[in-house]
Amino acid sequence: MAQQEYQKYYVPEQSIWPIVGAVALFLIAVGAGNYTIEATSDKEGFGFYTLMAGLVVLLVMLVGWFKNQIDESMSGLYSDQLSRSYRQGMAWFIFSEVMFFVAFFGALFYARNISVEWLGGASNNAMTNAVLWPDFVATWPLLVTPGGETSTQMGWYGLPAINTLILVVSSVTLHFAHVGLEENKRTQLNVMLLVTILLGCIFLGLQAYEYIHAYNIGLTLDSGVYGNTFFLLTGFHGLHVTLGTIILIVLYFRILKGHFTPKEHFAFQAGSWYWHFVDVVWLALFVLVYII
Amino acid sequence: MTSATDTTAHVDGEHHDDHHHIPKGLTRWLFTTNHKDIGTLYLWFAFIMFLVGGAMAMVIRAELFQPGLQIVEPNFFNQMTTVHGLIMVFGAVMPAFTGLANWLVPMMIGAPDMALPRMNNWSFWILPFAFLILLSSLFMEGGGPAFGWTFYAPLSTTYSGDSTALFVFSVHIMGISSIMGAINVIVTIFNMRAPGMTYMKMPLFVWTWLITAFLLIAVMPVLAAAVTMVLTDKFFGTSFFDAAGGGDPVLFQHIFWFFGHPEVYIMILPAFGIISQIVPTFSRKKLFGYASMVYATASIALLSFVVWAHHMFTTGMPVAAEMFFMIATMLISVPTGVKVFNWVATMWRGSLSFEIPMMFAIAFIVLFTIGGLSGLMLAITPVDFQYHDTYFVVAHFHYVLVTGAVFSIMAAVYYWLPKWTGKMFDITLAKWHFWCSLISVNVLFFPMHFVGLAGMPRRIPDYALQFADFNKWISVGGFAFGLSQLIFLALLIKACRHQGESVSDQVWDGAEGLEWEIPSPAPYHTFDTPPVVK
Repeated sequence: MAQQEYQKYYVPEQSIWPIVGAVALFLIAVGAGNYTIEATSDKEGFGFYTLMAGLVVLLVMLVGWFKNQIDESMSGLYSDQLSRSYRQGMAWFIFSEVMFFVAFFGALFYARNISVEWLGGASNNAMTNAVLWPDFVATWPLLVTPGGETSTQMGWYGLPAINTLILVVSSVTLHFAHVGLEENKRTQLNVMLLVTILLGCIFLGLQAYEYIHAYNIGLTLDSGVYGNTFFLLTGFHGLHVTLGTIILIVLYFRILKGHFTPKEHFAFQAGSWYWHFVDVVWLALFVLVYII
Repeated sequence: MTSATDTTAHVDGEHHDDHHHIPKGLTRWLFTTNHKDIGTLYLWFAFIMFLVGGAMAMVIRAELFQPGLQIVEPNFFNQMTTVHGLIMVFGAVMPAFTGLANWLVPMMIGAPDMALPRMNNWSFWILPFAFLILLSSLFMEGGGPAFGWTFYAPLSTTYSGDSTALFVFSVHIMGISSIMGAINVIVTIFNMRAPGMTYMKMPLFVWTWLITAFLLIAVMPVLAAAVTMVLTDKFFGTSFFDAAGGGDPVLFQHIFWFFGHPEVYIMILPAFGIISQIVPTFSRKKLFGYASMVYATASIALLSFVVWAHHMFTTGMPVAAEMFFMIATMLISVPTGVKVFNWVATMWRGSLSFEIPMMFAIAFIVLFTIGGLSGLMLAITPVDFQYHDTYFVVAHFHYVLVTGAVFSIMAAVYYWLPKWTGKMFDITLAKWHFWCSLISVNVLFFPMHFVGLAGMPRRIPDYALQFADFNKWISVGGFAFGLSQLIFLALLIKACRHQGESVSDQVWDGAEGLEWEIPSPAPYHTFDTPPVVK
């Protein structure tokens, strides 16, 4: 390859933002840790405020860091090679997120097919059942735990089915927004992205409503391993939808300012990948948590 | 494996502004985006943590010098074993390897820097804060984490103190740091190779780190999920690991070791890479079986996902599962054997010379193999019923992690230090360091096999009288090994002050690869335009 063809790989000069980000994570970790202790005991302290301070610092860091990158990108410093680095980095990040959910789905599988069954006496565990909780009968969903906690099943029809439809449609609308961007149809891009954001917000609203409903009918976080897996899986998914929605809102305002070209739109692509990933997680969740 | 044309011309000939401009003072280190600066930060951090974790090991060995409780409270003893393990795994070995990757991967593949330089700095600076949280939790009311570095439920849920919450969040941010570091390495290797640097031309250190980075991205999130469930079980009433709510404490072990076993290879694959760089140099031969090394590394990594339950043979799994995990585990000895064979075959009929890095590398090959063989013994399910949770296990994993991973890191530092500083390190001190470490480490860990086979349990501050003699010698070996590392500290301080004789660009007669074709010391920025690899 001839040397002249090589566009210099942009290596930024010093940056203040990484260390600010490290301080932010420090405050968040200390704050979240102490707040957990304080919220679940009669101890008092500054956990909540430390956590909030950390989140504010994180926000400042994100705004500052992204502003630097947007400026660099708009002034043409980024080569194709650098764009590839960003794309690959985002892809691997999503892979790490997939593995995070895999662990919780694994816990669901184990609870449902192994621990509850064994407590009920399956496999070679007749004595486990006889000695520990002889009255316990293995069922899934686990509505009566060995210890006697009760909960209620969450059906898949109704809100969860509507929410599934909403997320699937939002993935389609986001895809059309992307097509609009690539074909330089900015109106299609604007409208479709806005629809996606609205669908995301509706999903989150309905999910909040469903949580209230769940608590009202007795399906709570501490109501045994059915409630545990239900709330941790849907809860972490909901957090990811929230993050995804925020990303899309930021993208929307950048589009209003005229950012992104049909060829150069890494941030849009990353946000779009993230949204599709969150959508796929929901489909797995809908099947494995709600239906089966 | 590789040779470059007109490399030096690029480095010397071009004068970009940033070539003259090396930032000074504290802000250089706080705000840096330079892979060499960040590599240095990682390596010093790892070494400091190695000394802190080592000091905790000294407390453990002092208590175990004699039978009976004499120096520390049992609860504090448990905190020492726990935090010693956490620090050595997450604070010493992993950051040291990441530091080496930072320094070496861009130079070895002809890249101007890591692919994502700012994120690189973020990955590093999270670590000191994470360990600040972990270490300060030792001073909390009720003490720090005391449930072992594996934080098995219900020790970490029902029976742990408040500091568990801080433990959980410090592990979370360590995980964020590791994942970002791994993404950076993997993207650098995929996207930043110089023209002509095809995959099968990459130095083995790069290959092993590529696979390590994949393992990190795959399993660190699983650790995050495990600590999250511990947190909710302890503080928010969930029962993932509580049978009364339909969960199972054994579920914790499954999740933890699904992370934990690949984690073991995260701590040894880069070591394999280092040894595969050093042995050919001092044998003045090409590495024997380059391709088989690559495939062996990949096989080890893939197998590491299906062996986790060999840590759990005594939990009462179905016999079929025990058989599966026993056989899968023993399969790993095949690719590992390929590696050891290849290193020995590389030395066979080579023009050997025994400089310090080579001495550490040979010690690695012999002693790591001992650790590997005791691992094979532990893999046999019925035999493991006897060995489980005894000092035999402690002996096994210290042979693979101290004389394995840590010796490889020391070998790497001695091998590349002259390239980094431009000066030869103090060879007399290095020899003292090597021989003192080699002898003391075996006095320290070898008798553990005997007390373990005789039934001495691990993680207990007191023991039966018949173990007293061996424990005395183990402690003596431990103190000697700890003191030997102060020789290393003195040597490193001298090296960082740039004392010693200047070295040539190639440094070692027989060293091959891009990093030996740039000047010594390596300039602040290398390969601004990529070299062409033939």
